[in-house]
Amino acid sequence: MMIINRNIAISETGFVFNPINGESFSVNPIGYEVISLMKENKQADEIMQYLLANYQVEPETCRKDLEDFMGMLKHHLLLEDKE
Amino acid sequence: MEKQRYERPVIKKLETGMPNKFGLRSEYVPITHIEGNSVKELLSTYGSPLFVISERTLRQTMEKARTAFTTRYPKVQFAWSYKTNYLNAVCSVFHQEGSWAEVVSGFEYDKAVALGVDPKKIIFNGPDKSQEDLKKSIGNDSLIHIDHLDEFYTIVNISDKLKKKPRVAIRVNMDTGVYPMWDRFGFNYENGQAWDAISKIMHSKKMELVGLHCHIGTFMLAPSAYAIAAGKLADLAHAIQQKFNHEIKYIDLGGGFASRNTLKGAYLPGIDSSPSFDDFAEAVTTALINGPFKTEKLPLLILETGRALVDEAGFLLGTVISNKRSSTGRRITILDAGVNILFTSFWYDHKITPAQPFTHYTEETIVYGPLCMNIDVIRENASLPLLNKGDHVVIHHVGAYNMTQWMQFITLRPQVIMIDMNDKPHIIRDKETLGNINAVEHIPEHVKTLPR
Ligand SMILES: Cc1ncc(COP(=O)(O)O)c(C=O)c1O
Repeated sequence: MMIINRNIAISETGFVFNPINGESFSVNPIGYEVISLMKENKQADEIMQYLLANYQVEPETCRKDLEDFMGMLKHHLLLEDKE
Repeated sequence: MEKQRYERPVIKKLETGMPNKFGLRSEYVPITHIEGNSVKELLSTYGSPLFVISERTLRQTMEKARTAFTTRYPKVQFAWSYKTNYLNAVCSVFHQEGSWAEVVSGFEYDKAVALGVDPKKIIFNGPDKSQEDLKKSIGNDSLIHIDHLDEFYTIVNISDKLKKKPRVAIRVNMDTGVYPMWDRFGFNYENGQAWDAISKIMHSKKMELVGLHCHIGTFMLAPSAYAIAAGKLADLAHAIQQKFNHEIKYIDLGGGFASRNTLKGAYLPGIDSSPSFDDFAEAVTTALINGPFKTEKLPLLILETGRALVDEAGFLLGTVISNKRSSTGRRITILDAGVNILFTSFWYDHKITPAQPFTHYTEETIVYGPLCMNIDVIRENASLPLLNKGDHVVIHHVGAYNMTQWMQFITLRPQVIMIDMNDKPHIIRDKETLGNINAVEHIPEHVKTLPR
């Protein structure tokens, strides 16, 4: 299971800092919400339910965008594998 | 509780330092309306994609150009360059504004005549005028701009047959310090070809040499090049006066003024870097006024300005079909408008603006059209706000060359509307249909039957 790297710092303004390699990122408000939910150990399905309940978006688009976002988090080494 | 407007989650790595090749962000506000009409409604009424022409912008741009020249020079005439955009409605607006017609083929010539342009106010340019074209236009007393000697001899022949003295000019090419030099059209100034052609015309006594013409290039960013061109044509006119005691009535400097688009690879957007009509007018008129002419003998100045008059009045509205990622992780957005209808995306980084509200988050995006072809790239790299499937975009400054060079390829060409001075839309070209395409095709009888 992929979870968000514990050491990552994220501020409400969407500033993300990875202390392991010193890289920083910015996320938009919805990205901030997703990362916050991940930090609470919410799974992809739950996050999707949350987005569908709060935003005007089709399930297919939402799933695709969420997968894409997770892919980018992984690409930027912000996710870690956990058994 | 009403749900919030959705925006996809994005993460962007922060890098210190320079703007990258995706350029500076330029889209800060959505364009939800064009001349008072909602983009969303226009697309739902007329279909997507859709070309929109603003009549107001056409007339205002014409007015700016006219004012720039007429405040600096006593005799100015614009001639609308048909190839730039020959939709009948667009040509008609320019003719209402007082423009003559500048055409480069029999087809364009007939189009201008059919629109009711006085044939005496049609300038016939180009290297490919057929015998028939020449007979017709000489019969109509149009202005024939001679491109090469073969054409000159054909005209001599026709004038004998018709017992008419055609009104002609020669196209002159020259070094104006701008490279590549357009030297395949007309007669060269520096090597004496132009003077040779002038002498042949004057000695033939078969035609009246009324003007001198040049078109030094297109999307010219240097007003000084026009000063050089005007100077060289003025010198030729003076030499003709001296040697043949013959007065040249007009100097036609062609087209080529840059529009406010951004050329590919340019660092600054064209909106900030292209010279204004005033800059071009100042260069041209100063050169003419300082030339060898007496005040009462200043020649008429003709301008065949194309793109700079029409680019800004044209918009292409489109819809996002899909978002995806390339194999290297770059964002890809696919629009329903491709290079088949937006030929100028080969030259320009067209500005693309979302037509609905967006946040300040952007992604570096490659914008593709819908064709199943690798060449179908609308923008190689654009820093764009986040667009959802089904969102609409406005592509700016598409009025020049697209509605003439578009191709019927894979898809049909879309509708074109013109929004009038009272913000009312009018269809000026119908969406192409399968019927239009099939109407000009024929299937030989023996290949008609298909196996069952
Ligand atoms: C003879 C002539 N006149 C006018 C034009 C219009 O040029 P532009 O659209 O660059 O102003 C052209 C374009 O190639 C041309 O060949």
